[in-house]
Amino acid sequence: MSTQQDVSGVSAALAAAKAEGRAALIGYLPVGYPDVDTSIEAMLTMVRNGVDIVEIGLPYTDPLMDGPVIQTAATGALASGVHVRDVFRAAEAVAGAGASCEVMTYWNPVLRYGVDAFARDLAAAGGSGLITPDLVPDEAADWITASETHGLDRVFLIAPSSTPERLVTTTAACRGFVYAASLMGVTGAREAVGSEAAQLVERARTVTETPICVGLGVSTEAQAAEVAGYADGVIVGSALVATLVTAADRNEGLATLAQKAASLADGVRG
Amino acid sequence: MTQTTPPLGRFGAYGGRYVPEALVAALEELDEHRAKAMADPSFVGELTELQRSYTGRPSIITRVRRFGDEHCGGAQVVLKREDLNHTGSHKINNVLGQALLTKRMGKTRVIAETGAGQHGVATATAAALMGLDCTVYMGRVDTERQALNVARMRLLGAEVVPVDHGSRTLKDAVNEAFRDWVANVAHTHYVLGTVTGPYPFPEMVRDFHRVIGVEARAQMLDEYGRLPDAVLACVGGGSNAMGIFHRFIDDSGVRLIGLEGGGDGPDSGRHAARFTGQAIPGVLHGAYTYVLQDEEGQTIESHSVSAGLDYPSVGPEHAFLRDSGRAEYYPVTDTEAMTAFEALSRTEGILPAIESAHAAAGAMKIGRELGPDALLLVNLSGRGDKDVHTAAKWFGLLDEGEAQG
Repeated sequence: MSTQQDVSGVSAALAAAKAEGRAALIGYLPVGYPDVDTSIEAMLTMVRNGVDIVEIGLPYTDPLMDGPVIQTAATGALASGVHVRDVFRAAEAVAGAGASCEVMTYWNPVLRYGVDAFARDLAAAGGSGLITPDLVPDEAADWITASETHGLDRVFLIAPSSTPERLVTTTAACRGFVYAASLMGVTGAREAVGSEAAQLVERARTVTETPICVGLGVSTEAQAAEVAGYADGVIVGSALVATLVTAADRNEGLATLAQKAASLADGVRG
Repeated sequence: MTQTTPPLGRFGAYGGRYVPEALVAALEELDEHRAKAMADPSFVGELTELQRSYTGRPSIITRVRRFGDEHCGGAQVVLKREDLNHTGSHKINNVLGQALLTKRMGKTRVIAETGAGQHGVATATAAALMGLDCTVYMGRVDTERQALNVARMRLLGAEVVPVDHGSRTLKDAVNEAFRDWVANVAHTHYVLGTVTGPYPFPEMVRDFHRVIGVEARAQMLDEYGRLPDAVLACVGGGSNAMGIFHRFIDDSGVRLIGLEGGGDGPDSGRHAARFTGQAIPGVLHGAYTYVLQDEEGQTIESHSVSAGLDYPSVGPEHAFLRDSGRAEYYPVTDTEAMTAFEALSRTEGILPAIESAHAAAGAMKIGRELGPDALLLVNLSGRGDKDVHTAAKWFGLLDEGEAQG
């Protein structure tokens, strides 16, 4: 697929949720944990239980934005032999189930694969775009070109520490949505989301009309409901991954994951 | 050859700033403060005075006659004695500069990563001196092979956090330090220990170490009446090497030679030879540079008998110097390094850090190639006190009971 898309699958999903008067639920899982087939089944389980958009993680050896839960899963996925191309399999499966997805990846695996080739193959698999935790727009010239060529979303992060100038330039470079990091820190469940997230969204709303989704630290139905009150999307990672990491076996993991996803979906639906 | 650094901190294609957005403001703040500080006579004066009265600068140069005659083909070998600095290595040069900047930025805590422990000890030292809280991340494997330095850091009041992720060496300590920094950047400065990482670290750390080459060049002219034929230094991340190389870059007749951790040999798969192994350019720890990685972009674990060289990436300015042909890089195997360690110890009464022994091993090779007319300047980046246990095991100098004690 090399034609420019006007609206990505993720954009459409965010718009559909908005039309229902609610925020979208975005659920993160790394491909390949505990194995590729189970991870894809887990993504489909999330979709069946109310997750609107799947964030497919590409496991990486040095995930410096991730806390212990996601790092454990990424390390396990790499040990079980996950390959970069498995994200395309996962994207195809999610798209085939009628849901949309973004791939969350650190930059080096994309560089090694080839930026344009990665974009081409992701678009062909039905993925909407990339979330890049260690790539800021300042360094993203090749990715901006490739994403334009293949009609993909570019989701860059903003953080509570972002200056007003950077909020303008970073949100302007985003397509699909803006990922607002709710706090200064790495991924992982927190007891409270904190006030920084709402303030960050409020600041960003003054400079962009692109949807803003909030991630980092959201783990409960109540927190999802709280964030859904001011954001266009609620991103949950570690709390979902933890259901698989702590499960005794595959079936228990998928069952617990289904319950967790349904509970979070209730949260965004008020 | 004159080198310029473009605004985004690139050395040719290398460098840049590949970091989470949460850190960008802190990097911009750091860049602004260090630019102002380096132009501020009071900052430069304070640092210079600390270098003189605390570190012990200028460090001397030492002609090592017997080592040159017996092991380096008769070449004249001169050591730049960074091992004589307070805390025992070059690392203190950079740390004092960054600790002063930390105070200028109004931050109260420093964090650091360390492999061999030299950078951790230097950071803990500067933190004690300047009243800063200090946390040092260190791979579990390295805490075991450098136990003496762990104790030194704790005695200095630092918290040492062993890292159990990944290969449990320097690379993983860097990851953990970045995670801490993302969460605590408001009051914490990350005292990055080498010439890599996101801009402005590669340039800033080099500038704090540049004093090594500035002194050495003047000392060579003063004592030998000419520049050396080659300057040799070990290269992990590459801070001591950049420190001594940089003042010689425009001296086209001086070969700049970096020695990497060759481990079991570049063909063995167990090494830290980024330029001579299968490394290709990529992104690791905030910079675009040479990285040991597999065909999918996953970082490959490095190996070296030297904890300080056991790192799968290298500073971006080295990548630039390598590609441009201005500097040469060669691997030194563990065995070759330990042979040089023993040779320097036995002929000169100087126990080098195992890192620095790689540079000495390079002098043995180059000296034999160039012969007695050659004048070689070797950066002895650190002393070997911390490595006595490793060396004693390597050479079988202790019986079982003594080794355990």
